[in-house]
Amino acid sequence: MTTRFDPVEMRSRFPALAQEVHGRPLVYLDSAATSQKPRAVLDVIDEYYEHDNANVHRGIHELSRRATVAYEEARTKVARWINAADDSELVWTRGTTEAINLVAMAWGLDNVAEGDEILISVLEHHSNIVPWQILAARTKAKLRYIELDDQGRLDLSTLDEVLTERTKILAISHVSNSLGTINPVRTLAEAAHRVGAVVMVDGAQGAVHTQVDVQALGVDFYAFSGHKMCGPTGIGALWAKKELLEAMAPYQGGGEMIHIVGRDASTWASVPHKFEAGTPNIAGAVGMGAAVDFLTDVGVDSIVEHERALMEYAMDRVRAVPGITVYGPESLDERSAVISFTLGDAHPHDISTILDAEGVAVRAGHHCAQLVMKHFEVAATARASFYLYNTTDDVDRLIEGLGKVREIFA
Amino acid sequence: METPQLSSLYQQLILEHYRNPRNKAELDEKSVEIHMANPVCGDEIRLQLRIEGDEIAEAKFVGQGCSISQAAVSMMTTKLQGAKLADASMLAERFTEMMHGDEAAANDKALGDLRALQGVSKFPVRIKCALLGFDALQEALKADGQESTH
Ligand SMILES: Cc1ncc(COP(=O)(O)O)c(C=O)c1O
Repeated sequence: MTTRFDPVEMRSRFPALAQEVHGRPLVYLDSAATSQKPRAVLDVIDEYYEHDNANVHRGIHELSRRATVAYEEARTKVARWINAADDSELVWTRGTTEAINLVAMAWGLDNVAEGDEILISVLEHHSNIVPWQILAARTKAKLRYIELDDQGRLDLSTLDEVLTERTKILAISHVSNSLGTINPVRTLAEAAHRVGAVVMVDGAQGAVHTQVDVQALGVDFYAFSGHKMCGPTGIGALWAKKELLEAMAPYQGGGEMIHIVGRDASTWASVPHKFEAGTPNIAGAVGMGAAVDFLTDVGVDSIVEHERALMEYAMDRVRAVPGITVYGPESLDERSAVISFTLGDAHPHDISTILDAEGVAVRAGHHCAQLVMKHFEVAATARASFYLYNTTDDVDRLIEGLGKVREIFA
Repeated sequence: METPQLSSLYQQLILEHYRNPRNKAELDEKSVEIHMANPVCGDEIRLQLRIEGDEIAEAKFVGQGCSISQAAVSMMTTKLQGAKLADASMLAERFTEMMHGDEAAANDKALGDLRALQGVSKFPVRIKCALLGFDALQEALKADGQESTH
């Protein structure tokens, strides 16, 4: 394996990984749920609270000035990270979920009406399904789905049937959290634009493993979370084209998002602040900015290279386990660093308990993707997901653990 | 946390019930049916009882899920056939106490084979799996009680 960083040294930069669980060194294979945080990010958050803590955009005093600068500098970092044309196109949110809800409400209620269609896919995380169901119910629009093939890829052979002149928005994940499927977002965006639909991408898993370029992708909205990409929880962002943000009504009302408040009506601050009502998660934003610095410093290319090599190593060994069924795309070109599987008649919940006793953390369940589970006619799968701090030793420990599962469920 | 022993969790009797569940079928005539699910992991059961007077004449279930949830329901139903309602209620209580680490409950012979599940109490995140069936039983008994006071 050739990588430009030493994965063992990389691992040592994440304090939470340096512990034993049930008497064994922790092997963390649940990064698709949330990533661990490097010391560099934790230090920046501590620094912020210890030295600069104040409210933003509200004070004249020194700490308020510093907090505002830190908050806005973080915005610039995150905006550049996804190649936004302008910093003001990046709205801070609680995470992907809030960003999607923001689009569904602030854009959707004014742009979707009875008889219109909203197009999503069976692959989506619940957070990219439920907000659209709510919007469809409110507007009497119709919710339609792109189906999946037997490898858990979008079935584009019937795209013409579901993507039509009636489609107002296509909301699609960049990368699936349950199977790791990488979707052809650019192609889909072009097709959607041809029929006049706008395109929103759920980038919760996309901004994690690849260098996202929202301009090259040709999309209109891109939602992502800090906690999946080495940043803290409770912070994420919605990127949107400026003209869309400017035309949209506010999502929530409150401080920070106003210009002038009158008795009966008020005027809004300019974007992005129009969408940031209330005291924001300042430390979170600063932490997400630090996460971007960290990932930039490591180099996204080398992360991609590392994960690819690790997945080649892992897939060969996982597939060789007798009785295993692996779900998702066969080709690693179409799959991110996720392996979703079942093993014989051992329920995924039991697999996870047995692995946990060996110090190996995997997720078991429906992964907030019940429609995907239904597609494969399983109630749940076990999922091992990898990130830059995982090593081939981690894979070996997973395989060893799966041996234990087979012994117990022999 | 102290390292729990997997062998205490996955006893042969549990795996045997998981693979060959008892009373897993639909009841033709049922007086109560309770659906109980654990959305976190997808475990679910429908417990069906035919109650005659103060007795459970018949108990069956359908469901899917992990070995612990399914074995626990299977074992539970074997104890319910012909059981007095008061005894069924007591069984649910004793089992719940055992799951919460009560030693006396764990030694109560009334629990029978269900004592094989004692090891689950050492795995906090799995306790709700083991309790799925008994939670359904308690709901069912409550529902039946409300019926008959009408
Ligand atoms: C594909 C995908 N979409 C959306 C989400 C929701 O993200 P969050 O919980 O950070 O809002 C997640 C993460 O759980 C995800 O993996």
